[in-house]
Amino acid sequence: MVENHTHHKETFITKYIFSQDHKMISKQYLITGLLMGIVGIGMSLVFRMQLAWPEKPFGFFESFLGKWAPDGVMDPNVYLALITIHGTIMVFFVLTAGLSGTFSNLLIPLQIGARDMASGFLNMLSYWLFFLSSVVMIASLFVESGPAAAGWTVYPPLSALPQAQPGSGLGMTLWLVSMAIFVASSLLASLNYIVTVINLRTKGMSMTRLPLTIWAFFVTAIIGVISFPVLLSAALLLIMDRSFGTSFFLSDIFIQGEVLHYQGGSPVLYEHLFWFLGHPEVYIVLLPALGITSEVLATNSRKPIFGYRAMVASILAIAFLSTIVWGHHMFISGMNPFLGSVFTFTTLLIAIPSAVKAFNYITTLWKGNLQMNTAMLFSIGLVSTFITGGLTGLILGDSALDINVHDTYFVVAHFHLVMGISALYGLFAGVYHWFPKMFGRMMNKNLGYIHFWITAVCAYGIFFPMHFTGMAGLPRRYYSNTAFPYFDDLADINIVITIFALTAGAAQIVFLYNFINSIFYGKKAVQNPWKSNTLEWTAPVKHIHGNWIGEIPTVHRWAYDYSKPGHKDDFIPQNIPLFKGEEELQH
Amino acid sequence: MNTLLIFVVLILVAIAVWQLTKIFELSQFNIKKDDSQIANDKDNDYNGKLMFAFLGFIYLFTIFSFWEWGEVLLPRSASEHGVEIDTLMWVSMALILFVQTITQAVLHYFSYRYRGKKTQIAFFLTDNDRLEFIWTIIPAIVLAVLIFAGLFQWTSITNIENNDEALVVEVYAQQFNWKARYAGADGVLGDANVRFLQDFDGLNLVGIDSSDPNGLDDIVVQELHLPKGREVIFIFRSQDVLHSAFMPHFRAQMNCVPGMITEFAFTPNLTTEEMRQTPEMTAKVNKINKIRFDKSQKLIANGEQALDPYQFDYLLLCNKVCGASHYNMQMKIIVEEEKDFNKWISEQKTFAQTIQ
Repeated sequence: MVENHTHHKETFITKYIFSQDHKMISKQYLITGLLMGIVGIGMSLVFRMQLAWPEKPFGFFESFLGKWAPDGVMDPNVYLALITIHGTIMVFFVLTAGLSGTFSNLLIPLQIGARDMASGFLNMLSYWLFFLSSVVMIASLFVESGPAAAGWTVYPPLSALPQAQPGSGLGMTLWLVSMAIFVASSLLASLNYIVTVINLRTKGMSMTRLPLTIWAFFVTAIIGVISFPVLLSAALLLIMDRSFGTSFFLSDIFIQGEVLHYQGGSPVLYEHLFWFLGHPEVYIVLLPALGITSEVLATNSRKPIFGYRAMVASILAIAFLSTIVWGHHMFISGMNPFLGSVFTFTTLLIAIPSAVKAFNYITTLWKGNLQMNTAMLFSIGLVSTFITGGLTGLILGDSALDINVHDTYFVVAHFHLVMGISALYGLFAGVYHWFPKMFGRMMNKNLGYIHFWITAVCAYGIFFPMHFTGMAGLPRRYYSNTAFPYFDDLADINIVITIFALTAGAAQIVFLYNFINSIFYGKKAVQNPWKSNTLEWTAPVKHIHGNWIGEIPTVHRWAYDYSKPGHKDDFIPQNIPLFKGEEELQH
Repeated sequence: MNTLLIFVVLILVAIAVWQLTKIFELSQFNIKKDDSQIANDKDNDYNGKLMFAFLGFIYLFTIFSFWEWGEVLLPRSASEHGVEIDTLMWVSMALILFVQTITQAVLHYFSYRYRGKKTQIAFFLTDNDRLEFIWTIIPAIVLAVLIFAGLFQWTSITNIENNDEALVVEVYAQQFNWKARYAGADGVLGDANVRFLQDFDGLNLVGIDSSDPNGLDDIVVQELHLPKGREVIFIFRSQDVLHSAFMPHFRAQMNCVPGMITEFAFTPNLTTEEMRQTPEMTAKVNKINKIRFDKSQKLIANGEQALDPYQFDYLLLCNKVCGASHYNMQMKIIVEEEKDFNKWISEQKTFAQTIQ
C-alpha cells in the first residue's frame, strides 16, 4: 500500500529543479559543492605550481589567465586572488554548504523518522540562495579587475580600498554580495534543521537516542545561527565603508599620494567581527565531519560508539567554547595583551573535549570487527589527520608561542590538516557511505581504495613539510620566496609539496569518475548494504515523497546496538522492539 | 633531492599498480563470487595491513623530514625573550611528537589488529567511566601546565614599561616598504600623522608634525640598526593597509594598523656578526650558497648574470597580506655593539636637516 497524500503531480521542474524534497535538495547541494570543490582544488594546484617553480613560465597559465599571466608567468595579484578564492570556496562553499548542506538535508529527516524538513519551501529557498551566491562568486572571477584578493579573511583597509590592489574593486563587491547571500542561505537552512530536530522526531526518538550524526548537525546549526549573522554585519559594514563613505574600519589613511577622509574607525573591529564567525566556522565545518565519522566508525566496527554520553557532551562543550576563542587569531593584531591571555586559556580548553573525541574513536575500534569499506578508511584517516593537525594547535593557541609562527606556513599546515583534510575526509566518508541511500546504487570499492590510499599518502606529503617551512620563518601568502635569498634552501621542500599536491589532485579524478559512473552504472543497492541500525536504512531504496511507505517507524532503542550479546545478528535497527527480557542501556 | 622525488613517485606508482592488479584480479576471477561492492574478508585483510603500513609511512616521513629539513629551521634566538620562547616551543613540540607517536600507533594498530573476519565477533562495549575520566583529566592537567607556562611568558613579553634605558624606535609600514624612525638626542619621538606626508614635497617620509619641536631631531632611515644588549621598544605605524612586522630571528611580530599605534619590545642578544659565526648559520649559508652557485651556473650558460653570493642579515618581513608586492616587502636589520650603533646614528640626517 502506497500512501499518496504527500504525492503531488510532478513535472521535471518541480522534481529536479525547484524540488522541496529534502533528498533531492541534498543531491543538489552535493553536486553544487563538488563542482565548487573542483574549482577550489584546481586553483590550489595552480598556485602550488607557482610556488614550486616561481620563475618558470607555464604556457597553459597564459592560455587561461590571459593578460594576468603574460608569457606564462603569473602576476602576483593573480596569486593573491587564487589563494583568496581557494580559501573562500573551500571553507564556505565546499565544506560548509557542500558538507553540512548535503548530509544535514539527507539525514536529519531520514534518521529522526520525519517525512521531510519542517519547511520544504525554506529548504528549497536556502539551496537556491546558495546556488545564487555560488554563481556570484564564480562570476567575480571574470571581472576586468580580477576577483577579491585580500585573503579569505578580507581584512580592511586592503579589501576596502580599490587603490590598494586591483582585486579590491568590483571583485570585492561581488565577494561581499556573494557572502551576504550565502549567510542568508545558511541561516534559512540552519533554522530549518533546528526546528526539524526539535519538533519532528518520530515516536520513541528521544534526544538521548539520537544518532551522533544528528547531534552534530543539530549543534552545528545552532553555532551557525549564533555566528553567521555577525559575518553578515561585518560584510554590510564593509560595504558601507567601501561604497557609502563611512569609517567603521578605516582611519588615517594615505594611499596613492592622497590623504583619505576616513577618521576614527579600526580594522581591529573588523577582525573581531570576522573571527567571531571565523572561528566557530571551523567547527561548523568540522562537527558534521565528526558526526559522520561517529556513525561510519560504529557501523563498520560492528560495535557501539564508545562513550555516547561523552561524545554528546564533547560536541556541546566544543560548541560552547568555539564561540569564546576567536581572539586567538588576533594575538598580535594590537589588541590588549590581557585579552590574549584570556583567549589562550579558553582556546587550550578546547583541546580537552577534542582529546576525548579522539580517544573515544580509537576505543571504538578496539576489539571491533572492522569492515574496511571505503567510508571506513576515510573515517580512520580523519581521526589520524585530526590528531596530527589538532596537536599543533597547542602551539598556535599559546599566545607566547604564536608570536613567531603566526601567519607562517606552520598555520597553513595546522588548519589544513585539522579542518581542511579532516572535513574533506568526512565529506568523502559520507559520500561513500550514503551513496546507496542517495542514488540507489553502490560506488566501486576498488576505485574507492585507490582514491583513499593515494589521498592519504599525499595529505601528509603536502602538509607535513609545511610545518618545517613555517618554523623556518616563511610567511604564508607569499607569491614567491625568491625575494629572500635566506629562503633559498626551502625551494626543494616546495617542489616536494607541489608534486604531492598534483598527485592528490589526480587521485580526485578517480573519485569523480567513480561518483559519476556509479550514479548511472553502479551496482543496484540493497536496502541496508552496510547492515546499519539507523532509520534511513529502513526506508525503501527508491526515493518517495514522505520517505516511508505507510507508517513512520517507531524507535525502541539507541542507534548503536551492534554485536549485542544474545542476538543472532550483529546489528539491531532502531525500529526493532526490545526482545523479551532485553534491557535497554540507560543513556 | 631528485632521488627523493623518484623514491616518492615510485612508491605511489607501486601502490597504484598493485591496486590495479587487484582490480584486474577481482574483475577476472571473482565476478560471480562477489560484486556487492561491500568489503569482504580479503578487502578487510589487505586494507588492515595497509593501515599498519601507513603507520610506518607516518613514522618514516616524520624522521625523514627532521633529518632532511631539520637544518632549515630558524637558528637560535637573537633576543633574550626568544630564548625562553624556544625552550617552551621545544617542550611543547616534544610533547606533541610523543602524543602523536603513541596515538597514531594505537589508531593504526587497532585498524590492523581488528580487521574484520567472518568468524570474528566484536566486543560489545558502550562506556567505561574510569577510562573516560582518565583521558579527560590527563589532558586537562597537561594543558594547565602549558597554559600556565605560556601565560607567564606572554605577560612578561607584552608587559612593556617605558624606561630611560630603553631605545625607542618607530617602525613605519607602507605599500611596499619599511622605514624606521629614531627619537634623536631628546629621546622623544615627535608627533606624526599621515596628514603631514605631503609637506616638504614628499621629504617628510613618515609624516612628522614639523610644529612639534620633539620631532625636529628625529631620524628616519631605511635600514634598522639595533644596539646589542639594550632593550628596544618598537612603536608600529602603517599609513595605508594592515602590515605585520615579522622579525623571525628575534621571535618578534606585531601588526601595523592604520589609525592606531601598536607596540612590541625585545632585547637583542647577538650581533649580526655573532649570528653569522654560529655553526648553524654558517652551515645554512653554505648550503644556500651552494644552491645559488648551481643556479648561477645555469644562468651563465644561458648568457644571464650570475647570482650574488649570499651573506646572512637579520630580516624584517611583512607578514600580513598587503597587496601585489607583499612578498617582497622587507628591511635589513643590523644588530651591533652599542658604540658602533652610536657612531652610525650620529652620521644620520635629522628631520630638521632633511627638510631644510
